[in-house]
Amino acid sequence: MRGRLLLLAPAWGWLLLFVAAPAAILAAIALAESDPGVPPFRLALSATGFATLTEDTYYLDALLTALRVAATTAALCLLIAYPMAMGIARAAPRRRVILLALLMLPFWTGFLLRVGAWIGLLRDEGWINGMLQAAGLTDAPLTLLYTEGAMIAGMVHAYLPFAVLPLFAAFLRLDPSLGEAAADLGARPAIAFLTVTLPVTAPAAAAAFLLVFIPAAGEYVIPELMGPPEAQLVGRVLWQEFFQNRDWPVAAALALALLVLLLVPIRLFQRLEART
Amino acid sequence: MLRRLLPLLALLLSALPAAAQERVLNVYNWSDYIDPYAVARFTRETGIRVRYDVYDSLETLEGKLSAGRSGYDIVVPTSEPTFARLVRAGALRPLDRAAIPNWRNLDPVLMERVAAIDPGNRHGAIYLWGTVGLGIRTDRVRAALGPDVALDSLDILLKPENAARLARCGIMVMDSPTDVLPSVLRWLGRDPNGSTAEDYRAAEQALMGIRRHVRTIIASGSILDALATGEACVALTYSGDVIQAQARAREASRGVEIGYVMPREGAQLWFDMLAIPADAPNPEAAQAFIDFLLRPDVMAGITSHVRYPNAVPASRPLVAEAVRSDPNVFPSAEALSRTFVAGTPPRDAERARTRLWSRFKAGR
Repeated sequence: MRGRLLLLAPAWGWLLLFVAAPAAILAAIALAESDPGVPPFRLALSATGFATLTEDTYYLDALLTALRVAATTAALCLLIAYPMAMGIARAAPRRRVILLALLMLPFWTGFLLRVGAWIGLLRDEGWINGMLQAAGLTDAPLTLLYTEGAMIAGMVHAYLPFAVLPLFAAFLRLDPSLGEAAADLGARPAIAFLTVTLPVTAPAAAAAFLLVFIPAAGEYVIPELMGPPEAQLVGRVLWQEFFQNRDWPVAAALALALLVLLLVPIRLFQRLEART
Repeated sequence: MLRRLLPLLALLLSALPAAAQERVLNVYNWSDYIDPYAVARFTRETGIRVRYDVYDSLETLEGKLSAGRSGYDIVVPTSEPTFARLVRAGALRPLDRAAIPNWRNLDPVLMERVAAIDPGNRHGAIYLWGTVGLGIRTDRVRAALGPDVALDSLDILLKPENAARLARCGIMVMDSPTDVLPSVLRWLGRDPNGSTAEDYRAAEQALMGIRRHVRTIIASGSILDALATGEACVALTYSGDVIQAQARAREASRGVEIGYVMPREGAQLWFDMLAIPADAPNPEAAQAFIDFLLRPDVMAGITSHVRYPNAVPASRPLVAEAVRSDPNVFPSAEALSRTFVAGTPPRDAERARTRLWSRFKAGR
């Protein structure tokens, strides 16, 4: 018993220090009163922060937009990552290493640098418009940057490896004899995939979806630099409350609301895990 | 064991005062906003080492200072909103004028305008200043609006029929209600600092009238890039950024020619203030640095380098000729007389303003 406690201590310590304590601090700030000063709030037990969130639909819209964009991003990532992971896992071991390295390579450059590269590609006088016009396909530059499409492309690119890795691990664990058994029993490849491979890798697919969905829901940088101004995601609204309004209680309350919203998909995932 | 540790401890203790004597000044300034030579010269003359750090938005600066104990000795907040808020929050240290003899070099007329938000000018000296206006690609704007269009008014941007014709070549507005709304109110013929519901409704209506023609609403730093690359052909932003974009576009020599429009309706003036955080670790060195910067020859070097005007009139003859004679850098006295300084709206109005701004961004 004591041995087990000792083993779990680092995990509990981690949770306490990096999850529970920050959440408690956020809650304290959310209940504080906004006040010009350093720091810009006075500790209190005030519901103003939370009340502001429900005054109109502004914050709800921001939360829902963020969830919609994050879900789109995660779904696209899953769609691309699933065949990618299957391909990498089924490659010969030596090629597998190279393919994995290629997947991780973009991480070696800074995140902002990659966003900057996208801006260079998509801008009016950027590479894509340059090529389209040189090929005579368009006369005037297409508006690519500062659109919803640009924002989603940037986010899918940034988060794709998070989706590939858990799926890759699942395909690696997948016992090839399962597929052979299905074939022996007369299943055509498509049927074998639908009835054997897909159900076995479903939890990994759900994990991949969540690993993209959760950080994407709070994303600030890509919507700010590549998205249209009307894409007021919760990350951008949080930034405005924190920096432009300097209303830390409202910002903290909004951050907590996002945290609670994100617990729902995690809980659903746990139920899926428990069933399989 | 102890015998071996004791000499080590003694050594450490004797080293402490030496470390304390090595004076370090921590400066936090806007990016691309000083003559690098000036910093080296300050260290050479005073023996004070300078740790120089930069930010690219007021929000970054204010976020750090709001949390307290930033560790900086010199910060350069813009008069409105950040400097004014920091003064009111008691986050800045009153300056000791006796330690800053070069204070007398400051232009009293300009300092008087800052006194509106810092009574008695107790907390800051003007570093550099500028106006808010339009950066335009002159040839494109003429092509869209006709060769005879008057390039001296916010009409170019705020009249919906003009914005509609310019939409294709790229309209951008800096993402800063404090720097945009006063100019819009002034253009409407209202008090630029008006903060009644009616004022905001009028401003919102004007902004919404051009909203669907606006390509993006983004931080001023990104607008500088967009102007320099030719991505934007009309952008509402800071004068100095337009002038820097102009210089950058010329260097790239890809045929992008940029001009600055200081609105004849009256432009918003802003001042970047040299100030010392209340909890600065080394305020004496900070005051020495302010005194150094206010020397005419040092200031002239800075203005020549960054192309923003300063508030030390004696520096003017020493500024590089091309910068000195540029009316966009140094507006004429007549143009200056029509400028205004933004004030601070009350707390409730501030939220209304941010909301208005997010509706403008959302376009609904």
